[in-house]
Amino acid sequence: MDKTLDLKYTYTEKKDTRSGFGDGLLEAGRKNPNVVGLCADLIGSLKMGAFQKEFPDRFFQVGIAEANMIGLAAGMTIGGKIPFTGTFANFSTGRVYDQIRQSVAYSDKNVKICASHAGLTLGEDGATHQILEDVGMMKMLPHMTVINPCDYNQTKAATMAIAEHEGPVYLRFGRPSWPIFTPADQKFEIGKAWHMIDGTDVTIFATGHLVWEAVVAEAMLRAEGISAEVINIHTIKPLDEAAIIASVKKTGCAVSAEEHQLNGGLGDSIAQTLIRNNPAPLEYVGVNDSFGESGTPTELLEKYGLNAENIVKAAKKAIARK
Amino acid sequence: MEKQPLAQLTKISSQVRRDILRMVHAVQSGHPGASLGCTEFFVALYFNQMKHDSSFNMDGIGEDLFFLSNGHISPVWYSVLARSGYFSVEELKTFRKLNSRLQGHPATEEHLPGVRIASGSLGQGLSAALGAAQVKKLNQDDSFVYVLMGDGEQQEGQVWEAAMYGAHYGVDNLIATIDFNRQQIDGPTKDVMDLKDLKAKWEAFGWEVIETVEGNDMEAVLAGLEKAKSLAGKGKPVLNLLHTEMGYGVDFMVGTHKWHGIAPSDEQLANALGQLEETLGDY
Ligand SMILES: Cc1ncc(C[n+]2csc(CCOP(=O)(O)OP(=O)(O)O)c2C)c(N)n1
Ligand SMILES: [Mg+2]
Repeated sequence: MDKTLDLKYTYTEKKDTRSGFGDGLLEAGRKNPNVVGLCADLIGSLKMGAFQKEFPDRFFQVGIAEANMIGLAAGMTIGGKIPFTGTFANFSTGRVYDQIRQSVAYSDKNVKICASHAGLTLGEDGATHQILEDVGMMKMLPHMTVINPCDYNQTKAATMAIAEHEGPVYLRFGRPSWPIFTPADQKFEIGKAWHMIDGTDVTIFATGHLVWEAVVAEAMLRAEGISAEVINIHTIKPLDEAAIIASVKKTGCAVSAEEHQLNGGLGDSIAQTLIRNNPAPLEYVGVNDSFGESGTPTELLEKYGLNAENIVKAAKKAIARK
Repeated sequence: MEKQPLAQLTKISSQVRRDILRMVHAVQSGHPGASLGCTEFFVALYFNQMKHDSSFNMDGIGEDLFFLSNGHISPVWYSVLARSGYFSVEELKTFRKLNSRLQGHPATEEHLPGVRIASGSLGQGLSAALGAAQVKKLNQDDSFVYVLMGDGEQQEGQVWEAAMYGAHYGVDNLIATIDFNRQQIDGPTKDVMDLKDLKAKWEAFGWEVIETVEGNDMEAVLAGLEKAKSLAGKGKPVLNLLHTEMGYGVDFMVGTHKWHGIAPSDEQLANALGQLEETLGDY
């Protein structure tokens, strides 16, 4: 990263968002004895070990059996528990879509499907594990809430917030060490976009790891005299339509940025909102109908066009289309 | 619910079979075959075996719970729920019709009393039942959890994930039953995908297995369920292999997969109802 950039948000520490989940789960478990955890042979990867250690009776290792895990979790809500399931995002969604659809979403069960290693930034394991379709699958399900927080602190806050929310939730987070640039004491409001930076020429709507890239992009644009507004859409469903419309009414154009396929992602949700309420140019930053591959997170974001430089390009293109 | 004596259970079964046939006939769709085959089992559970409250609440604390994994046999479940007071028998008229709580496959979306989770896509019910049974243990609630699955349904991989899990955790407050009618949609199970020795498979997975050889004989069904309960609480989940006949109670329907999911004509309905006494009054 360019050291000369004047960033509106900075960081002193980096950490993985999955650790935010693990720490948030432990706190949620301390606050509410009904919180239970389930994991499909990935306790270390999901950072669920501390919860398991402190609450062994409320933790269920299910082995490599994700379909069963989703069904168990749905059943555990009957009798008042709040189950948090943990496995990789691919095995949390595509692998068990019908189980989620029938036993969790259609049955409106209070299950929290917690998914790590989402997107390209999983890195070296490659495309079998780099799911880029999960947000689309999950947001299509009636009753489902879909959340993709951006750093350790926000993931921790989101994990605690969903324990208090009644209804099925898909919580998506990741593997890489990532800047911690949001406050530790933040209040996480499900469904409420976070207005991070004010601007007038273009709005950047970003989710997950790409919120940091959007913060960097804003500074790069400002250095060239372009004023960008940055909005963190941590909740993709329900979408904060009012915040999106109000911002684009002011700026006149937008960019969406996400670690997901263009088809079915945050950008599509924003496009729907704009087309219905306030048509305006929208450029997408995301993966364009392809699978990922092995590499480091940074290399992959660059190769697939998902970093700050790509957000800058997209912003200029959106502005030119006004 | 008070325990009904044998003679009354037999009477109820006859009425439930009439309900099944009339419901399916009225909309010319639904699944009569295994509904008829499982009638004794459902009547035994709801009118004799289970401790349950028809003023239904989702959590069912202190009650025995029932899960239907093979959701297509909703007609028998709906009839038994209505006849045991969960909702009015009149409502059976709405089965599979627009704006009904009695969906083709059981659902919670319309808040039908008695249903705790949706089913229809096969293979999922045992997992949910195991989860609910483990929560009973966490809540120090010593009631039972029952679940019914189909035999064709045993071909689903998730069933065996759940089987492994139930034994690993010793979920011994769970009594699972398989409707062992040896039939599925495309034909006999042995032709479609042979289940081979189902008893040995479940035993090998670490379950306590009993067989109810006369699954359409009320006394035998009751004895089987009593035996299952006596084996519970000993560290292993219990599996009840319930031998039934698809279409039992109607001579031209019995024993064939052909009646898995088709409705009788007017003439066939009249013939079938002639074989089943109206004991509690048709809805
Ligand atoms: C996952 C899934 N696959 C296919 C079906 C379609 N289907 C409904 S019932 C059935 C046969 C089930 O056989 P069995 O469990 O023996 O029930 P029975 O025919 O005896 O009622 C099938 C294939 C389904 N409902 N769910
Ligand atoms: Mg069968």
